[in-house]
Amino acid sequence: MPHVSLTVNGKPASADVENRTLLVQLLREKLGLTGTHVGCDTSQCGACVVHVNGRSVKSCTILAVQCEGANVTTIEGLATDGKLHPMQEAFRENHGLQCGFCTPGMVMSALDLVKHNPDPSEREVREWLEGNLCRCTGYHNIVKSILAGAAAMRGQPTKAAAE
Amino acid sequence: MAPRDDGIGAAVRRKEDFRFLTGRGLYVDDIVRPGQLYAYILRSPHAHAEIRAIDTAKAMRAKGVVAVFTGADMAKDNVGSLPCGWQVKNKDGSPMNEPPHPPLAVDRVRHVGDPVAVVIADSREAAKDAAELVEIDYRPLPAVVSVAEAIKPGAPQVWDIAPGNTCYDWEIGDKAAVDAAFSRAHHVARIELVNNRLVPNAMEPRAAIGDFDPASGEYTLYTTSQNPHVIRLLMGAFVLHIPESKLRVYAPDVGGGFGSKIFHYAEEAIVTWAAGKVKRPVKWTAERSESFMTDAHGRDHVTRAELALDRDGKFLGLRVSTLANMGAYLSTFAPCVPTYLYATLLAGVYTTPAIYAEVRAVFTNTVPVDAYRGAGRPEATYLLERLVDVAAREMNIDPVEIRRRNFIAPDAFPYQTPVALQYDSGNYHATLDQALKAADWAGFPKRREEARKRGKLRGIGISTYIEACGIAPSNVVGALGARAGLYEAAEVRVHPTGTVTVFTGCHSHGQGHETTYAQLVAEGLGIPIENVEIVHGDTAKIPFGMGTYGSRSLAVGGSAIVRAMDKIIRKGKKIASHLLEAAEADIEFKDGKFTVAGTDRSKTFAEVALAAYVPHNYPLDELEPGLDETAFYDPKNFTFPAGCHICEVEIDPDTGVTQVVNFTAVDDVGRVINPMIVEGQVQGGVAQGIGQALLENCVYDENGQLLTGSMMDYTMPRADNLPSIAVSTHTTLCTHNPLGVKGCGEVGAIGAPPAVINAIVDALSSYGITHIDMPATPQRVWKAIQDARMKQAA
Ligand code: FES
Ligand code: FES
Repeated sequence: MPHVSLTVNGKPASADVENRTLLVQLLREKLGLTGTHVGCDTSQCGACVVHVNGRSVKSCTILAVQCEGANVTTIEGLATDGKLHPMQEAFRENHGLQCGFCTPGMVMSALDLVKHNPDPSEREVREWLEGNLCRCTGYHNIVKSILAGAAAMRGQPTKAAAE
Repeated sequence: MAPRDDGIGAAVRRKEDFRFLTGRGLYVDDIVRPGQLYAYILRSPHAHAEIRAIDTAKAMRAKGVVAVFTGADMAKDNVGSLPCGWQVKNKDGSPMNEPPHPPLAVDRVRHVGDPVAVVIADSREAAKDAAELVEIDYRPLPAVVSVAEAIKPGAPQVWDIAPGNTCYDWEIGDKAAVDAAFSRAHHVARIELVNNRLVPNAMEPRAAIGDFDPASGEYTLYTTSQNPHVIRLLMGAFVLHIPESKLRVYAPDVGGGFGSKIFHYAEEAIVTWAAGKVKRPVKWTAERSESFMTDAHGRDHVTRAELALDRDGKFLGLRVSTLANMGAYLSTFAPCVPTYLYATLLAGVYTTPAIYAEVRAVFTNTVPVDAYRGAGRPEATYLLERLVDVAAREMNIDPVEIRRRNFIAPDAFPYQTPVALQYDSGNYHATLDQALKAADWAGFPKRREEARKRGKLRGIGISTYIEACGIAPSNVVGALGARAGLYEAAEVRVHPTGTVTVFTGCHSHGQGHETTYAQLVAEGLGIPIENVEIVHGDTAKIPFGMGTYGSRSLAVGGSAIVRAMDKIIRKGKKIASHLLEAAEADIEFKDGKFTVAGTDRSKTFAEVALAAYVPHNYPLDELEPGLDETAFYDPKNFTFPAGCHICEVEIDPDTGVTQVVNFTAVDDVGRVINPMIVEGQVQGGVAQGIGQALLENCVYDENGQLLTGSMMDYTMPRADNLPSIAVSTHTTLCTHNPLGVKGCGEVGAIGAPPAVINAIVDALSSYGITHIDMPATPQRVWKAIQDARMKQAA
């Protein structure tokens, strides 16, 4: 059985996996990090998005063994000392979540967008979210949250966007 | 005193969000029980087939496999049929045809995805691998998929006990009065339409873990349910014959439901029963493709309707004939959806004096169809609001004007419709006016002209809807065939130091009850919101409950909480009167204080709570210690949210692509407890409504193979398909519940589809196009334009 060693949320982690084990299975089932969700079996929904070496990746679409030595960040790794990351805080403030199932993937995906494009337009946010499905919110408040989160990360006061 | 910033009407940020945002939610698939095994369920690849033989021997010997069970094994254990919770009667008064529904199919499979056997192994992978070794000998049978085919003579029969594939043939209304109205009509408008079949697709796939404790004989089912007590009742009493006292059902965080998680599903019974057999926990989690072929689908109606009008465009009578697809089995509440949740809404917001509807429910070789967001009311609203637009166009009356002429007047309440419902309150002119203004209806011609210059066809559409929520007085629904009561329960437990835990029988799977209910309690008991915790979803903790669906959580569940708080306050007054040595009648309770009227002598809520639990100075002869009250609230009527949705679209005539450019919703949902949450609910509902109108369609081929079986084939609305959604409210209070609330969870999915299609038809009207079926995909729109051009050229 292959063995993988990697860094998850800044801490070393390792596990025995099968060749076919997906990163999301490693995270959820071997490492107990159940914040990353599985919403589909065709790589469509984005509930499973994490960061691998700083880039957003659908963790249902990459094998655990491909992550040997990688640096992985999950939703559990964002808040520090019980304080929400500005993007998480923006989702809370703007009611960017309802059932919470798509939320970890949305937040992780949003952070990668802001990394590429610190000041996105509403249209750019909507296009970036092409790979993330939400059935609850109609996206309105997710878009609003991401615009607010991006502004907060630029150090600007929240502008009422997407209204 | 200024209004509280955490009480009724405040946009309180949600208490539940911290755990969801940090990945600490607890969904069923996150739970790992010690010694847990995994179930993989083998499903029929055929839409209709006889099972001739099942050979499990090879699978049993596979690595990691603990057990393989079939329908025969469950039958041997006397496992019962999954029950149906509502019996509808035929026109002649006889009961509907009600076929059995074994959790694992026994001798025949009736839809693709029908469960046939379960493999239980020490890992998901082992179970799935071994499932390939199970040999099933099927003899395929002819299948029937659409309602139109199913009712034809000679069609394949899904059930021997249901000739003509008919579940029931039901009617409502006064046929003679409607015939008379049509004979006097100046104009008759007609429509034929399809309400497309939808797959609910909550983002969390269903999951279930069965657990059995041999020491106590107690079973636990962890499940993705909107109503754990209902599941305990149905599964315990009818399927597995386990007494309630030995069965706990726990639905922790649930990732969306939209109706699809109301029902009692086979997998819940399979894992619970199997856990008892193998004496270890058994977990099953749906893959998305399994969700597509096993979660109850929604809608799927084919309808013909006619509206009789007088010379002035006043509605005289409405005649409706609907075929409703039930799928292969009766899901838990399926029979009531196209009857009591549909045809009773056909008056809409109008004074139509005579209405007659007949509904034939039909079995087909497809996944069972049941309640999906709106359940029956979207079908009624879509039909009515399309038909009103058709009439307006044919009679050359403005679509707004024709609605105004027929609205029930604001002073006409309570208003008795000809289809059984009595509306308690509403103001349809007010929501219409507010929406026209918000959408700048008057400025539309200019926007259309501007779009035309860019080569785009712009259209505007309106829907003025009503719906019925908070189902409903138990005796009334009982008389209509419901096999359950529809009250709600709440326990308000005040702790010795004055903090409060509320146990509710409703269930939150995105609605934010932990916040909204806490606002009610904080305001009602005059304590800080941080001192209130809401507990839901666990039959081991909560007295009883009917769960969450039909936008009932506030109207029924919230009312139960208010009733329990009333009892707390009544007892608190007795305790305070003793402590303050004043007459009980002189004690007033306000802002968290019990005060002797006209004095400044008072006791705080926390002081009274402490006295109740440390009763040293306490009227022990007359009053029990403790401060913990339970209430069951049975609603007096439905509630009737209503409103106006306006949609503006632009169509590219070269590609048929429709873009929703503006969407405005003005809804009367009664008193608003948390406006932020209400807006979110409406936006989410509107997105599902736009999804139905433009994108979503569940398609089977003629052999019953599901063509849209994954998110690659079934078009879910994405962020770039949708506009920003402008939401506002206009309130008339519900007159019969203590909060004046009506419900907001479904209005979006109900009001939006006809607004979108009316807008598309408006945009295409220059081609003489009068109707387009949902979903108005680019291909359909493009083809309609081509056909119309050809016709015009000819
Ligand atoms: S689980 Fe759906 S994209 Fe990964
Ligand atoms: S919040 Fe429920 S799926 Fe997005």
